[in-house]
Amino acid sequence: MSALDRKLLRDLLRLWPQALAIALVMAAGAATLIVGVGAHASLSETRAAYYERNRFADVFANLTRAPKILADDIARIPGVAAVEPRIAKIALLDLPGVAEPASAMFVSQPDLHPPRLNLLHMRSGRAPAAGDESEVVISEPFAKAHGFAIGATFDALLNGRKRSLRVVGTAMSPEFIYAVGPWDLIPDERRFGIVWMSERALAAAYDLDGAFSSVHLKLLPGTSEAAVIERLDAILSRYGGLGAHGRRDQFSHAFLDAELKQLAAMSRILPPIFLLVAAFLVNMTLSRMIALEREQIGLLKALGYADSAVGLHYLQFVAAIAVVGIVIGFVFGTWLGAGMTRLYSDFFHFPFLVFRRDPAVYLLAAGITLAAAVAGAVMAVRDVVRLPPAVAMSPPAPARYRRMLPGWVYGLVRLPQSLVMVSRHLMRWPLRSLSTLFGVAFSVAILVSSMWAFGSIEHMIDFTYRRADRQDATISFAVERPRAALASVLALPGVLAAEPYRAIPVRIRHRNVERRVAITGKPPDARLSRVLDRDAVPVRLPATGVALSDALARILDVGIGDEVELELLERDRRVVRVPVAAVIQGYLGLNAYMDLEAANRLMREGAVISGVHVAFDSRQRDALFRSLKQTPVASFIALQRISLQKFRETLAQNILIQITVFALFAATIAFGVVYNFARISLSEQGREMASLRVLGFTKGEVSGILLAELALVTLVAQPLGWAIGYGIALLVILGFESELYQVPLVVERNVYAWASLIVIGAAIVSGLVVRRRIDRLDLVEVLKTRE
Amino acid sequence: MSPPTFRTRDLVKIYRTGAVEVQALRGVDFEAAPGEFVVMLGPSGSGKSTFLNIIGGLDHATSGEAWFQDHELTAYDERELTLYRRDHVGFVFQFYNLVPSLTARENVALVTEIAREPMRPEEALALVGLADRMDHFPAQLSGGEQQRVAIARAIAKRPEVLLCDEPTGALDSRTGVLVLEALARVNTELGATTLVITHNVAIQEIAHRVVNFANGRIVSAHANAERKPASAISW
Ligand SMILES: Nc1ncnc2c1ncn2[C@@H]1O[C@H](COP(=O)(O)OP(=O)(O)O)[C@@H](O)[C@H]1O
Ligand SMILES: [Mg+2]
Repeated sequence: MSALDRKLLRDLLRLWPQALAIALVMAAGAATLIVGVGAHASLSETRAAYYERNRFADVFANLTRAPKILADDIARIPGVAAVEPRIAKIALLDLPGVAEPASAMFVSQPDLHPPRLNLLHMRSGRAPAAGDESEVVISEPFAKAHGFAIGATFDALLNGRKRSLRVVGTAMSPEFIYAVGPWDLIPDERRFGIVWMSERALAAAYDLDGAFSSVHLKLLPGTSEAAVIERLDAILSRYGGLGAHGRRDQFSHAFLDAELKQLAAMSRILPPIFLLVAAFLVNMTLSRMIALEREQIGLLKALGYADSAVGLHYLQFVAAIAVVGIVIGFVFGTWLGAGMTRLYSDFFHFPFLVFRRDPAVYLLAAGITLAAAVAGAVMAVRDVVRLPPAVAMSPPAPARYRRMLPGWVYGLVRLPQSLVMVSRHLMRWPLRSLSTLFGVAFSVAILVSSMWAFGSIEHMIDFTYRRADRQDATISFAVERPRAALASVLALPGVLAAEPYRAIPVRIRHRNVERRVAITGKPPDARLSRVLDRDAVPVRLPATGVALSDALARILDVGIGDEVELELLERDRRVVRVPVAAVIQGYLGLNAYMDLEAANRLMREGAVISGVHVAFDSRQRDALFRSLKQTPVASFIALQRISLQKFRETLAQNILIQITVFALFAATIAFGVVYNFARISLSEQGREMASLRVLGFTKGEVSGILLAELALVTLVAQPLGWAIGYGIALLVILGFESELYQVPLVVERNVYAWASLIVIGAAIVSGLVVRRRIDRLDLVEVLKTRE
Repeated sequence: MSPPTFRTRDLVKIYRTGAVEVQALRGVDFEAAPGEFVVMLGPSGSGKSTFLNIIGGLDHATSGEAWFQDHELTAYDERELTLYRRDHVGFVFQFYNLVPSLTARENVALVTEIAREPMRPEEALALVGLADRMDHFPAQLSGGEQQRVAIARAIAKRPEVLLCDEPTGALDSRTGVLVLEALARVNTELGATTLVITHNVAIQEIAHRVVNFANGRIVSAHANAERKPASAISW
């Protein structure tokens, strides 16, 4: 080992707390990169592999009823590789020991040939026997939630008739990686499951012998999806086709897309922040180290070491720190990634899920971290290389201080000299003070930009469930019913109020932008499920025109008064133009509303409704649930309160984990930045502090000076951090935005308070650590020597 | 008669660094009267600084007693020593130890802000002949001027004792004399008991009394029958 290497090692050991603090910040950067990129790769590749293996369809269409022979016509559409006609119906279940009504999506399995698309991944048991009316395969999460093993039985209301079903297998499907019931927010395995049964048996139950109600297509590579959809719609229009769509409008797929987008945003926004701060820290620490070692540098050069060799020595010091940071980042990133994978497997239902430990990701993380370290070091090292040995050997010119204000100001204000010291010292190295300021501000910002989600989601929930949708339950009919059905719902036990709605599937278009949505017709004076504007004021739906949620209006680029084109996907499938009458607030999905009677007129139908919103007396809950389970007309009953609770639990869990991790990262940064700053300040002012002690200043007074410096920087950084955090949150929101939900940016005051509390706490800890060093200053020793 | 400003009895200081023991003081008996100007001579390593640091409240003795007036310094804890330094002692060192971010006036104000009955910083600076350099930063002052700022800082609190460890050690003869003049003047005008360590034998002539250290002990002492003014000496 050469002498320089030995010096390197000793320097690292001597400065280990500072080096470790920097390494930890780097580790946070590398870890977030590994988790972000790694989880993104895992999730997207797992999904792709699953889709591939289980032949997930590309195009989907629902219809009323078409003869199976039509499948041959569909197969002849150019570019179609496979067609799977099938039956898919949502029906109520009657589960033993479960009070709330639950539902399931019933999907047929072909009897005469093996399934061509959306192959089941069997987890246990076997497929239902062809034609068997009671054998079913159920989705695994649903089975687990109810403890259903092979042989378990439960009842279902298929087409109004109660059937007893027997579980012969459990499975997963690429169609239902994320399985949410209609009107629900989040998967609730207890209340919504998937049931697969023999096509012949399901057809018999729904009077669909020799017919299908849903069709999935696989396309040949390179085929235009839009062209196929157009042809398919033309074929299905006579059979009540509800408009075909691609994967983008397939719920499970779309939700995974949104999740992937979030992960991508996370790996784009966070690592650069960490690494920028790390570069600041490297620069700060190295500059000070070089200032202290000026004479040694001169000596080395005088001894004949090349400029580059001396420069390299300092680069190696930084590289060593980076390597430690990278190793910690690798370990932590891998651990965190595994945790994330576990979270995914709870949330999404994949038969396999690999946390990809792609060496490329690790290489990338290591490379970027090292690059940030070297970037931080480069300026300081350049000074080393340039320093002529003769100059280096003579002591540096004393630090020149300036007054920041004219002398009389000091006379007037009479600042204590200790504060004057603090302010001049801060101003003497403005770049360092600024880097520290920004370092602390960034740690505040990271917290603000991760904790705002709580408040925003609370706001969203409050808006959606306490102001807009105030019903306790929503009963969806299997098919439209006359408005008189309202009366029979009102007659159910415990029902306090009932309000009808009509849901009309349409394609809404403006210029060349088109979306599939359901227009909801509501009574103009709705009191349960209301339509609200941006200020949460109820909007009275006008007798003509549609009201669009602002997200939909933005996508279509329309405002009040503009006309949009509606392609009705039911009944006569006309295309009509209607004016936009209002733009309203809505956070979940893309929404459009209409006056109920106007909706019926639009459909050229009588007074018909698709379902009923209900408020009920919770004391009569059980009685109500019992009779709802027997209601032959409903296919699904949403229980808003229960799904809200489930939503909160899941979210609280996910966000809590996320926030804990971020809080840890932010505290690490805050500690690293403040600690380094304090140590550098101490190394510069240690001598002054010792002389102050000699002059009779107490330990408290002396450390007060340094702590005041830290406090000043930390406090000034707070509002800056809040502002940056708000900015990052905005960026994050852009990254999170999807057509499934819009997240409002609501940063509650307590978010700022918590962010500051955590960061100030970390700063205090590092201040106390440095204070112990000040307390142990050797007074006599300092006085003997010149710096 | 008022009690002596300093009195030590059998003062011993042993430094232990690992297995090595260094006997810095081997039993020092010393007394200084109020207002007395004492010069301490002796070879390097003879224990002068150690002695000064102990009676100045910067360091603890290993055994023996050190008294300031009627306070036993050797019984003081860390906090009491700090207060003792703050209220009674002025220090001047070879290296001036000024705060570089503060001007001359502000360096002095640093002390007057925490002292009980200080003079104004301007007054203290005038006393050492620096009335016209008050708003300069240390980096803008010569070595002699910086040392005089240090003296002004030491005396601004009107200390009972002024302890100087090689105050002219880093200065040439001409500026050194200016510093000594300032010390002598403070000694007369404020009546502060002044102890000056030096290895410069020429300086002993301005003292009331000269004490010789060797090997951790006071080996001899004598009073000057006649004091020379600082301006009359040179080296
Ligand atoms: N902090 C210390 N640790 C160990 N030995 C010390 C320390 N300070 C002084 N010494 C030793 O104590 C002795 C007296 O030192 P000092 O009082 O500085 O002498 P002087 O000021 O007369 O030159 C010397 O041998 C010196 O090496
Ligand atoms: Mg000495």
